[in-house]
Amino acid sequence: MNGWPLYEVFVRGKRGLNHVHVGSVHAPDAEMAVHAARDLYTRRNEGVSVWVVRSADITASSPDEKDPLFAPAGDKVYRHPTFYPIPDDVPHL
Amino acid sequence: MHEETVYDALTGAPDDARWAFGTGFDDPLAGVDTTVPEGVAPADLGAYCLMLGDDALVLAQRLTEWITRAPELEEEVAVANIALDLLGQARLLLARTAAAGVLGPCRERAGASVPDEDALAYFRDPGEFRCTALAAAPNGDFAHLVVRLLAAATLRLAAFDRLRSSRDPVLAAVAAKGVAELSYAREHAARWVVRLGDGTAESHRRIRAAVEAVAPLLADVFTPTDVELRLAAGGAAVDPAALRAEVLGVLDAVLAHATLEPPSWPAGAPPRGRLGDHGPEVAELLAGLQGLARAHPEATW
Repeated sequence: MNGWPLYEVFVRGKRGLNHVHVGSVHAPDAEMAVHAARDLYTRRNEGVSVWVVRSADITASSPDEKDPLFAPAGDKVYRHPTFYPIPDDVPHL
Repeated sequence: MHEETVYDALTGAPDDARWAFGTGFDDPLAGVDTTVPEGVAPADLGAYCLMLGDDALVLAQRLTEWITRAPELEEEVAVANIALDLLGQARLLLARTAAAGVLGPCRERAGASVPDEDALAYFRDPGEFRCTALAAAPNGDFAHLVVRLLAAATLRLAAFDRLRSSRDPVLAAVAAKGVAELSYAREHAARWVVRLGDGTAESHRRIRAAVEAVAPLLADVFTPTDVELRLAAGGAAVDPAALRAEVLGVLDAVLAHATLEPPSWPAGAPPRGRLGDHGPEVAELLAGLQGLARAHPEATW
């Protein structure tokens, strides 16, 4: 049964948050992948919404392109909003 | 203690209600008023909850036998989740049985430290179990698993849906909690039946054989016992005969979607398992289920 495709799983924890990548599952099709994701990744009341995406359908950046893609942002400290104090009780920031 | 803020609503409170590992549970009905409503015979209510609880306990054990044998890890977790849901229903229903005063000799067989619902689960003999053959029949292949689960979950969901308005508020609450669990179990099984029935020639052959094997197990599930008839007349239980058309209608619809001819559903037969009349498979199942608890009744883990 190794022929089942791989799906990446995204779970939204609570209303108002975004979906977060949590892992992957094997499943015969997308609907069963939602079931498998529900069973594996929302067992402890973590989720209110699940997305699944065929892993093969994700286009990723290549490690070879790391420098041209990301290095130019490394020395631009003025893009960071580091001068604002963040209240202690604001989560998910 | 963290200061309460509007952001607490975003993160939510921790909910450990689904954790159920190890011994040392609290009384599952702690804080619940278990007074049996007026006009409902406690012995009948206890016997009825025992029927529903035993179906769940025994089917959970059958599903658990699939652990390490499922075709994929993902499917194994799905089956285990459904088994855990059923086990939770069994625990509440057996606790309700005991609270209604129905315990019998198992209370003496178990040690004093064993909770009532565990005494019922682990210290009754096969003839004292009230599960139907649909729940207790031995496992077959994966097609058999999903067809039996489809039939059992469809039947149980139809009953629980009505039991939400039972005159016993405890049973009504157990049913209300179980409806969502059973809806998921039924949907999961139905999806597999459709995929295998409408899959390859081999999967179609296997699912058809599974339907032929499971259909006879429905012979006695729609036949009420005297206990069920008395309770149903008083609004505390469901007469299973009233579920037949709905359950077979759902099964026919799923099978049609799976490109399968509906089988010739069996005519009604007198109740067997509900009266404690079981085949040898129940004794074998209970040997596995009860062996540890009987050998080490004081064990904790």
